[in-house]
Amino acid sequence: MSTAGHGAAVRIEACGKTFADGTRALDPATLDIARGETLVLLGPSGCGKTTMLRIIAGLELPDAGGRVLFDGKDMTTVPIERRNVGMVFQSYALFPNMTVADNIAYGLKIRGVAKSERAARVAELVALTNITGLENRRIDQLSGGQRQRVALARAVAIRPGILLLDEPLTALDAALRDRLRSELNRLLRALGITAIYVTHDQAEAMELGDRIVVMRKGAIAQIGTPREVYFAPKDRFVAEFIGAANIVEAPIESGVMMLPGGRLPIEGSATAANATVMIRPETIRVTDAGAGPLSGIVDSVSFIGDRQRIVVSGASSKPLNVDVPNTIQAKVGDRIGLSIAADAVRLLPSEP
Amino acid sequence: MSQKSFVWLCLLPLAVVTTAFFLLPMARLVVAGAEGPHGLAGYLAILTEGRYRATLINTVLLAAATTIVTLIVATIAGMFLQRHRFPGRAVLIAMLTFPLAFPGVVVGFMIILLAGRQGLIGDLSNRIFGEKFVFAYSIYGLFLGYLYFSIPRVILTIMAAVQKLDVGLEEAARSLGASPWAVQRDVVLPALAPAFVASGAIAFATAMGAFGTAFTLATNIDVLPMLIYTEFTLAANFATSAALSVGLGLITWLILALARTFSGSAVAAAG
Repeated sequence: MSTAGHGAAVRIEACGKTFADGTRALDPATLDIARGETLVLLGPSGCGKTTMLRIIAGLELPDAGGRVLFDGKDMTTVPIERRNVGMVFQSYALFPNMTVADNIAYGLKIRGVAKSERAARVAELVALTNITGLENRRIDQLSGGQRQRVALARAVAIRPGILLLDEPLTALDAALRDRLRSELNRLLRALGITAIYVTHDQAEAMELGDRIVVMRKGAIAQIGTPREVYFAPKDRFVAEFIGAANIVEAPIESGVMMLPGGRLPIEGSATAANATVMIRPETIRVTDAGAGPLSGIVDSVSFIGDRQRIVVSGASSKPLNVDVPNTIQAKVGDRIGLSIAADAVRLLPSEP
Repeated sequence: MSQKSFVWLCLLPLAVVTTAFFLLPMARLVVAGAEGPHGLAGYLAILTEGRYRATLINTVLLAAATTIVTLIVATIAGMFLQRHRFPGRAVLIAMLTFPLAFPGVVVGFMIILLAGRQGLIGDLSNRIFGEKFVFAYSIYGLFLGYLYFSIPRVILTIMAAVQKLDVGLEEAARSLGASPWAVQRDVVLPALAPAFVASGAIAFATAMGAFGTAFTLATNIDVLPMLIYTEFTLAANFATSAALSVGLGLITWLILALARTFSGSAVAAAG
């Protein structure tokens, strides 16, 4: 066993999944995951992300024609117990009949690792996951966050080629989730392990993923870095699923969008009778009435703390969400101007 | 009327029934046991008198064997039935639980039909080996009968427990490299331990006290309920039968308590 760089490259090739009752959980998909990369499968429930994870794990067999390769080796029919993958479950799935230390050492014990070596590895892992002192506790004596750490320690104890995480933070409360998320991030980088992380939480996906695979209804909607999927979503679904987005529909004449509240220049010189664009709320700036290319009336102001969200009507056919610094004074009913940089307006393909 | 006295009033019927039909006869039984020629020493007869002691050991062994075999059979079957969907599954489950509907006499009758002097097995072995194979009237026949009515009780409990098992536990163990066999040993069976204790206790207690089956089969079977019956009706030996009854109850209770204590740590851990 080496201590570092034990990640494997993963390739799934034309892997689809149709269940026995005929439901199609996953359209045939092909995906390459580089050695040491953290890939996030992101999407709403029922989008096929967990099915894809389970195919990689070896818990589901892909439909005929699909292949799973680890470092170029065909693993499609190899059962999970011989794939050397670490798994972390949403329900933690810790063994209740074992102590924390026995849970972490279980995979090593199965592999016939000597007792002294197991103890050393457990000590190393409890330190790494900040659970020193809990080694002899029973699982039902642990908090949710502690359980998640034990589950993680247990999964990486066997030095897996690939770490698979199925919504590992979903069951935790918000504050703990944020803290564990950054800890997890640090840990994944430190281990240099190939990780595949399933979540429906786009903030988690942004922070953890080297790349994000956005999924929808059993198909891959977009693959890209967090910046790519945020700033350049391929379609309306991705735009709305990742972060907050204003979707605006209006005609474009030679690169100028004709809106009820004014004329908005965008990139390029396209002309379209009915175009759909995305504008992120934080890219819109508030100016004095008449100073910006658009104008509208303040509908509501929500103070969020680090910023405030203003809803402006009259500028486009639907009210626009605008995120502005918390220092700006705006009252409901005020007429304000809005300016938007041309490159912040993202043209989307019109929906069929 | 205050809330509290209302609750007490609601408990009154239970108190009356318990006192009249349970506590009073029990007390009378305990007293009767000590009214024989040997007084309180009558209670010791169950341990000191050779015939009684042999019967007691017989009964405990039979009940223990029934419990263990039932648990093995029912666990395998229950796990399979809970985890697999196949045509006829519902019918099979219904049939497996059918024996619950039969009294012990009927079970004994069926054992005789199967392994008695005119039984199926006897006929078959007569044709093949030229010898009638008859075991209905022995302790083996009784064992088979007890197995027959213990399995449904246990299988339903096991199935319910298997249903509640987190499949993630097994998947986690497998991802760590555990073979299917190791998964059963390290994860599934420990998680089912509470169900084993609960359903095993019922199987054991039932086998200790079952009378109908023994009575139907009995020609040369010595089990405690039969002994109590013969002492009571044939020998009219009230004191001894009362002492034996109390002994049967106490010993069954003691063994169940012990089983619960020994498995206690495992059960608590699996909670």
